[in-house]
Amino acid sequence: MSKTISEKIFSRASGKDAHSGDIVIANVDGAMMHDGMAKLVMDAFHEMGGKRLWDPSKVAAVIDHVAPSANEAISVVQKNLREFAFKHGANFFEVGSGVCHQIMIESGLVFPGGLVVGSDSHTCTYGAIGAFATGIGSTEIAAVFLSGKLWFKVPETLKIDVEGKLPPMVFPKDIILKIVGTVKADGANYKAIEYCGSTVREMDVEGRLTLSNMAIEMGAKTGLVEPDRKTLAYLRSLGHNPQTGYKSDWDAEYSGNLVLDVSDLEPQVACPDMVDNVKPVPEVEGKDVNQVFIGSCTNGRLSDLRVAAKIMRGKKVKRGVRVIVTPASRMVYMQALKEGLIDVFLDVGCAVCNPGCGPCAGGHQGILASGEVCVSTSNRNFKARMGSTESQIFLVSPATAAATAIEGELTDPRRLLKEA
Amino acid sequence: MVQRGKVWKFGDDVNTDIIISGKYKFSITDLDQLSKHAMEAARLEFAAKVQKGDFVVGGRNFGCGSSREQAPLVLKHLGVAAVIAKTFARIFYRNAINIGLPAVECEQADKISDGDVLEVDLSKGVVRNMSSGESYVVKPLPPQLQVILDEGGLVCYVKKHGKLPW
Repeated sequence: MSKTISEKIFSRASGKDAHSGDIVIANVDGAMMHDGMAKLVMDAFHEMGGKRLWDPSKVAAVIDHVAPSANEAISVVQKNLREFAFKHGANFFEVGSGVCHQIMIESGLVFPGGLVVGSDSHTCTYGAIGAFATGIGSTEIAAVFLSGKLWFKVPETLKIDVEGKLPPMVFPKDIILKIVGTVKADGANYKAIEYCGSTVREMDVEGRLTLSNMAIEMGAKTGLVEPDRKTLAYLRSLGHNPQTGYKSDWDAEYSGNLVLDVSDLEPQVACPDMVDNVKPVPEVEGKDVNQVFIGSCTNGRLSDLRVAAKIMRGKKVKRGVRVIVTPASRMVYMQALKEGLIDVFLDVGCAVCNPGCGPCAGGHQGILASGEVCVSTSNRNFKARMGSTESQIFLVSPATAAATAIEGELTDPRRLLKEA
Repeated sequence: MVQRGKVWKFGDDVNTDIIISGKYKFSITDLDQLSKHAMEAARLEFAAKVQKGDFVVGGRNFGCGSSREQAPLVLKHLGVAAVIAKTFARIFYRNAINIGLPAVECEQADKISDGDVLEVDLSKGVVRNMSSGESYVVKPLPPQLQVILDEGGLVCYVKKHGKLPW
């Protein structure tokens, strides 16, 4: 019987002929925890009698959510996390390494066809290279640390075909915002998403990571892209020797199919306080802004920084606006330095922070005051996420964020393109 | 066992930052302190006024967003007997069961109003609304989750049985 990528991965990982709806016990190929959840993971691990990790080489411990630590409570968590990782021989990524999801890709701990879990809902990002990757809670991560196994319900798959050539100044972030606005916040609940179509095939892997990253904003377990030559070339460029992974059979069964033509797509913005509250940027243009954040596991990669730098080069950040640029990883930061992008950001008046999650999750480096507005390239705009209950977050592409930084109000990046 | 309590009603898409904001999660690790901020972004008075045995009732997609287990933990810590919603976001649902907080799918959750008094019998799958006189049927838990909830969560299960349920 024909299968989707998800069904093939779960068949391999469970040793059973797995189809959507089946409950399987599957062997996990990788498990990640970060400082934001580490206390609960370690507590559960110890309470369940944990003495050793099932396979330390498959475990990653990352300090990224509040890195460097902003307060004593998180310092204690990070101290314990370090000691745990060293004691058990897990892969450990210190303050300054970057966002856990970028690190998992760069380090080769994730691979096409793999089954990976993480203590973070955006673990779904790795679907972009054809891995079934999903976020789970702390107690279940601890259970995986003990056993290397977890139960899963094999999901149905929602197929999303993206067709057409993207117009200038419109980017993968705009595509995924449009998709989230269409599918809505629970439209893919319990499902896997598979991003297909000519636009996705043409897209570089960094853009695909942006699409997959936001699958959870529709409730999806993961957001897959069929691995292809681009995937393998990207992973080889990182020094890995990747497996080829799986493709869905041509006659695989999908639970639904959404077709999106992006050839006339405008820049998109997710307005407060839900990620599916998506509008074209021209409808919201002119909103006064206090903070701009360029970074995160959604849009902190090299291609994102390149676009932002291109738009801001030679200009100045509007007075009264603070711009926080946070490269997703040390590797991204170093390459951005080499290309002169960091020079551009500093020259125009941005604050360039160390790799990590930045202000996205409200831990540090840009907490919003009451009444403040942040335009952000991250993935969530929930009330109170970045600070005050009375603050607002608008989610956009790096291009829209950069244009907004220069103008001091939410700005369509095509406007600056015309001037250039 | 029949549990009786008052309803705290919320709407659709109650996300994890509403349940417990990241700004607190990253600065407070003590559950007593953290729980004081539960549901703060939606109802400031919730944490101070919720009583042991009360029910949190939501609409569609309750608990969407982050994988933070602190979300169900703060509700349980405050004494919430169960979360009842039309549908749940996947990670919150698993997390709730894994820490021993009943997450109950009820198609008619939108008929329940704030302040209603409910009697909930999870073993029979029945929710009785004592304020309106209505009864609602709830969707039973999948068996592999029921065994975890019956023991009070995954950690309790492992402590009792000496092994994981899978």
